[in-house]
Amino acid sequence: MCRLSAITSGRYFSPLENILALETMKEGHDGSGLGLVLKDLGGMFKDMKGYPILSGICSDKGLEIMDQYMKARGFEELLFWEPDIHAVPGSDIQRRDHYFAKVYNYPAEMRELPMPEKEDLLMNTRLALRSIGERDESIFVFSFYPDVITLKEVGDPLQLAEFFGLDKGKLTAKIILAQGRQNTNYAIYLYACHPFFIQGYCTMTNGENTAFVPIREFISSRGFPGYTGYNSDSEVFTHILHYCHRQLKYPLSYYKDVITPLKNSEIEKRPDSRALGLIKNSLRPLCIDGPNCVIGFTPDGTVFMAQDSKKLRPGVVGGAPGKFALMSEECGLDKAVPVRDKAADFSPMKYDMVIVTPDARELKQWNQLNV
Amino acid sequence: MEPAERLDQNHEFSLREFPYIIRWREDRCTRCGRCTAVCPVNAIEPSVFAQRLVQSEGSTPLPSTVRKIMHGIRQVTDMERYCTGCGSCSLVCPTVAIEPEYNPRHKFLFYKNKGGVPYTRGGRRNDPSPSTVDQMKFTRISMLTDPALDAGRHEFHIRTLLGRILPPEKLPLEVKDGLLAVREDIGFIPPVREIYPIRIGSMSVGALSPHMWEGLAMGVAYLNEVEGLPVVMCTGEGGIPPRLLTSRFAKYFILQIASGYFGWDEIIHAIPRMVEDPAAIEIKYGQGAKPGDGGLLMAYKVLKLIAKIRGVPEYVDLASPPTHQTQYSIEEAVAKMIQSMSMAWGFRVPVYPKISGTKTARAVLNNLARNPYAAALCIDGEDGGTGAAYNVSMDKMGHPIASNIRDCYLDLVKQGKQNELPLIAAGGMGKTGSLAANAAAMIMLGASAVDIGKYIMQSAAQCFGDEYNRCNLCNTGRCPRGITTQDPKLYRRLDPDKVAERVVDVFKSADMELKKIFAPMGRSTQLPIGMSDGLGVADKEIAERLKISYVC
Ligand code: SF4
Ligand code: SF4
Repeated sequence: MCRLSAITSGRYFSPLENILALETMKEGHDGSGLGLVLKDLGGMFKDMKGYPILSGICSDKGLEIMDQYMKARGFEELLFWEPDIHAVPGSDIQRRDHYFAKVYNYPAEMRELPMPEKEDLLMNTRLALRSIGERDESIFVFSFYPDVITLKEVGDPLQLAEFFGLDKGKLTAKIILAQGRQNTNYAIYLYACHPFFIQGYCTMTNGENTAFVPIREFISSRGFPGYTGYNSDSEVFTHILHYCHRQLKYPLSYYKDVITPLKNSEIEKRPDSRALGLIKNSLRPLCIDGPNCVIGFTPDGTVFMAQDSKKLRPGVVGGAPGKFALMSEECGLDKAVPVRDKAADFSPMKYDMVIVTPDARELKQWNQLNV
Repeated sequence: MEPAERLDQNHEFSLREFPYIIRWREDRCTRCGRCTAVCPVNAIEPSVFAQRLVQSEGSTPLPSTVRKIMHGIRQVTDMERYCTGCGSCSLVCPTVAIEPEYNPRHKFLFYKNKGGVPYTRGGRRNDPSPSTVDQMKFTRISMLTDPALDAGRHEFHIRTLLGRILPPEKLPLEVKDGLLAVREDIGFIPPVREIYPIRIGSMSVGALSPHMWEGLAMGVAYLNEVEGLPVVMCTGEGGIPPRLLTSRFAKYFILQIASGYFGWDEIIHAIPRMVEDPAAIEIKYGQGAKPGDGGLLMAYKVLKLIAKIRGVPEYVDLASPPTHQTQYSIEEAVAKMIQSMSMAWGFRVPVYPKISGTKTARAVLNNLARNPYAAALCIDGEDGGTGAAYNVSMDKMGHPIASNIRDCYLDLVKQGKQNELPLIAAGGMGKTGSLAANAAAMIMLGASAVDIGKYIMQSAAQCFGDEYNRCNLCNTGRCPRGITTQDPKLYRRLDPDKVAERVVDVFKSADMELKKIFAPMGRSTQLPIGMSDGLGVADKEIAERLKISYVC
C-alpha cells in the first residue's frame, strides 16, 4: 500500500519533513518512487505567486523542444529552477537530464484574462507538451499552475531527497503532499505516480480503485480536455474533485457525498436531501467503492482527507492550528508533528471528512450524517 | 390392384423420425392409464396387440407356445401428435414404466408443416450451446492491494436505477448556506426508481395461467414487503387484473403497452382510482424470440377473466400487429408514445421502449438518447422466450444480447450518456441456470438490469421446456405444468403459493450469488455497471468484439 504524507502549515517548511514522515511508514512502501507537490511556495518562488510554474522532467532534446514551443506560444520565461543534483552512493536512482520548474509570464494578450480562462490555457499547454514528449519520453510535465511545483522520480524517497538536495532547505512551501510509492499493478511510469494535479486541484490516494473503469469512462466523457491520462487508477480521484468543485461548483464537502454516497434512507435525514438524491443518481458512476484514502488540496489552500468504509486502516490527521499533518499512518503523524494533543488525533471513518482551512488555521471534522 | 403402401406402410413415419421416442416397459406397466390420460398431445395411446408367449405348467418342463391378446401403450406415428418429450407420462407413472428418450437423429422439421402451415410453438430458441454471456468469467479478484469483501457480513447495495437520469451538468442546483439546494424554477426532473437489477420480464395474464401469474405477483410483493428486495415485474401485453391495478401493490408492476393495446382501455379508465403509480410503463416494439412479429393469444385462451382484463369478447383470436398502428417514423412511434404515456401519469412514471435485439439497436438508442422523456431501453436478445411464434422466427431470427448491449453501452459512453439512459438486457438470462453470473456479466458489459422469463418459469414452476424442443407447447393452451394455459383442469395443477415461494427462493439466492460475485471483485456500494475490466473470456474473437480481456 502506498504511503501518504501531507503537511499544511502557516509557515514555510521543507518537503524533507514529509519524506522523513514517509520514512517512518516505510514498512508500507517499497521505495519504488516518490511524488511531491508543493503549493504556496517559499524561498525564491515567494515573490512570483502570480506566475505559472511548469514543472516536470525532460531530456536535453526535450528541453529544446519545450522552450521552442513555449516561446512560440508567447510564454515569457522568468525563472528556470533545477534542483542541485547530488549523486547518492549505493542508490539505483537513474539521473535524467533535467528536473525543472520554470516560471513564466503569460503571453501578453492573455495577461488580463480572467483566471478560469488562464487555467484552461495553462492546462492545454501542459497537455500539448505532454503529447509532444510522451512517446519518446523526452518531456514529462506534471503541473503548470501558479505557485505549485511537482517533483517525481523513481527510487527510494529518502535517497531521492538527498538526490534532489531537498535536505538543503532551499525549497519550501506551506502545503506539501508526498507519496511513497508501493509499486503494485503498474510498471513504474512517471505519469502513474501520485500526487496528480489539475488546475489547482491535487490529490493522492492509497488503496486500489475497484471501480476505476466505469469512473474513467464517465469522467473522460464529460467533454473536458484535461480528463485524460489515467496511467494510474488514482488519477480519477483528482479529476472527480476538480469536476465536482470547479466544474459543477459543489461545496467541497460534496466530494465525499459523490465518492461515497449515502444510502437513500440516510439521505432522507439530510436537510439537502432532494439535491443529494439527485446528485447521487446523476453521479452514480463516480462512487469509488474503495478501499481508498484520499488526501488532497483545492486551489484556495484547503487540505482534506476522506476515505470509504472499506478502508480497513484509515488515515489519520493531527496537529494544532498553524500546522496539521494528514498521514496514512499514525507513526508518520508522530514524526511530522511530534508535539501535539494526541487525544485530538482524528481518523475520518466511513462518514467523515477532515477539512483543514488555508494556512492550517482550523481543522474541521465534517460528517455526512450530521449536516 | 391394391396399392403397395397398404402392405409395406411406405407412407407412414417410422418412430426414428420423431424427436422423442417413448420407452415403455411392459413388465412394469400396471395398465393404470394415467400416462395416456395426462399426455397433452395424445402421443401415446392404449393399444392392443398379440403376443406369443412360451409357457410351461406341469412339474416337468414342457414348454408350449400360446398367443395372447395384450393391452399396452403405443406411441403414435402421426406427426401432428408427436411426442414432445415433456415427461408428463413419466411423472404420473406409479411404476416408472414409461419415459421419453431424445432422438438426436430425428427429422421432425422436415415434416412438421402439414397443410402448408409452418411449425409454430412456444418456448425458446432450440440451441443448447452456451450463450456468449455464459462463457464470461469474472477474472478481476481483489486480494491484497484491495482486500476482498465478505459476502456474508459486508453491507451490499445491489440496486439499480430505472428512469431517465439527468446529467450532472443539467441538475437544477444552487448553493444556499453552504448546502446544495434544488432551484425553485426547476424544469422537468424525470422520475427514477431504485429497483432490483433482476426483473421479471413481460409475460401477460393470458399467456400465463391465472395461478402462474398470481404466484409470480405474490412472490414479487413478498420480496418487496418482507425481504426488502425491490423486485419489479412487467405485465406483458394485455393489462393487469383490475383489483391489483387499483391496489397499493400496483407500484411493483411495470405495465406494458404493445401494438394490440389490449387492456389499455381498462387501465386508462382506472387511473383516477389508482392509489399508487406503476413502477414504469414498457412500450413493446419487439420481442427477442420473434423479432418483427406481432403477438397472438389463441381464441381458446381468451376466457372470461382474460376477456374482461383485455376489454375484448371471449373466445376470439387476439392478434397484436407486428408494429404499432401509429408508427410512421421513429419520432412518431417512440417520441409520441412516450410522451402520451408519461402524460397519463403526470410525468411521474418512467416510460421506456422494449425492442428485440437487432443490428439497428444503436439507431434506436441514439434517438432515445436525444429524447429527454425516454426512461431506458430494454433489448430482448435472440435467446428470449415466447408463448407462441413460428419456429423459424424463434430459431433463426434475432441478435445475441451480449454484443448488442455492449455496443449500445459504448455508444452511450462516447456521448457521455452512459448513466442517463439505463439499458436493460433480456433474452437468455440464466439460460443454463447461472442467473446471477449472467446478470453480473451483462451488468459489467453495460446493462443496468436484466429481465428473466423462461428462467422463472423453469425455476418457480418447473416448466418442462428446454433447448431440445422439449414440450414447448405453450401456444397450444395445453401446458402440462399449468403455466401457460387457461384450462382450469390444467392450471389447478399449479399451486400459486408454491410458485410464490419459489420466486422468493430464486431472488434471495440470486442476491446471495451476486454478492459472492461482487465481493471478491471489491464492489459493494454501487452496481458495477460497465466494469468491463472485471470480465474475461477464453475466446479471442469474443474478447475483441466486446472489448474485454482474453484469458486462457
Ligand atoms: S413425454 Fe409428454 S408428449 Fe410424450 S408421451 Fe409422455 S406425456 Fe405425451
Ligand atoms: S411446461 Fe408449459 S410453459 Fe413449459 S414448455 Fe411446456 S407448455 Fe410451455
